[in-house]
Amino acid sequence: MTDLLEPQTFRVTRADLVRYAGASGDFNPIHWSERFATGVGLPGVIAHGMFTMALVGRAVTTWAGAADAVVEFSVRFSRPVPVPDTDEGTEVVVSATVKGTTDEGHVRLALTATCQGEKVLSLAQAVIRK
Amino acid sequence: MPLDQSFVGRTYPPTEPYLVGREKIREFARAIGATDAEYHDPEAARARGYADVVAPPTFPVIVTMGSSKQFIEDPELGMDYTRVVHGDQKFAYTRPVVAGDTLVCHNTIEEITSRGGHDFLTTRTDVTTESGEPVLTAWSKLVQRGEERGETK
Repeated sequence: MTDLLEPQTFRVTRADLVRYAGASGDFNPIHWSERFATGVGLPGVIAHGMFTMALVGRAVTTWAGAADAVVEFSVRFSRPVPVPDTDEGTEVVVSATVKGTTDEGHVRLALTATCQGEKVLSLAQAVIRK
Repeated sequence: MPLDQSFVGRTYPPTEPYLVGREKIREFARAIGATDAEYHDPEAARARGYADVVAPPTFPVIVTMGSSKQFIEDPELGMDYTRVVHGDQKFAYTRPVVAGDTLVCHNTIEEITSRGGHDFLTTRTDVTTESGEPVLTAWSKLVQRGEERGETK
């Protein structure tokens, strides 16, 4: 069984990063200061890895149908998500394929997140209760 | 200097209880664009079987990241947080977090490895209620980049 689930697209702007910083308590300046981000060798302000994971989590809960249907959820942050200081910002596209069932009868999803055509996560997967 | 391997297996004392507020869940849900009623409306959440508004799956990072000060600021381990980036994150849920939960973190250093001049620190955080009921476990791999510039993994 290999089913491709409907991909979901999330727009990410600088305002989203500021809001996420406040809500999560992660005020690392690489997520809001261009000067600081470029000073440490980044291409510019980048999204919090955990913000990207949160967006993937939204996609997973949508596919699963409920917040309590998520049993396991894991990602590796393999590439930063640069967020330009424009009204449009950037986009993260999340897709998933069903990779069979676990011994407990749960559904295993292999997850992909891309930004500007590049994969930003690796080894991303979720186990959901169906 | 690489991180000291002898810290593998070290556990830290349980953290001070974190009371999960309804408004904090709503604020977090708004910040990630999660608009479903179960994150915002207690009535809707109860109708779906939750005790109160339910937290999105990555919400617990607020609590676990707060607790990570225990090892990040452990002078004996001696991490340099200015060189740290987030490598991996995993959650395994016993049940979802809901408003009104009082959460306690139990941190363990699971693995320390070094490769290409970088250090990799994997921690496990068992999150329970104040009375010891398991809620979830979070694993986090932090990468402390080498002090030499221009190195890649």
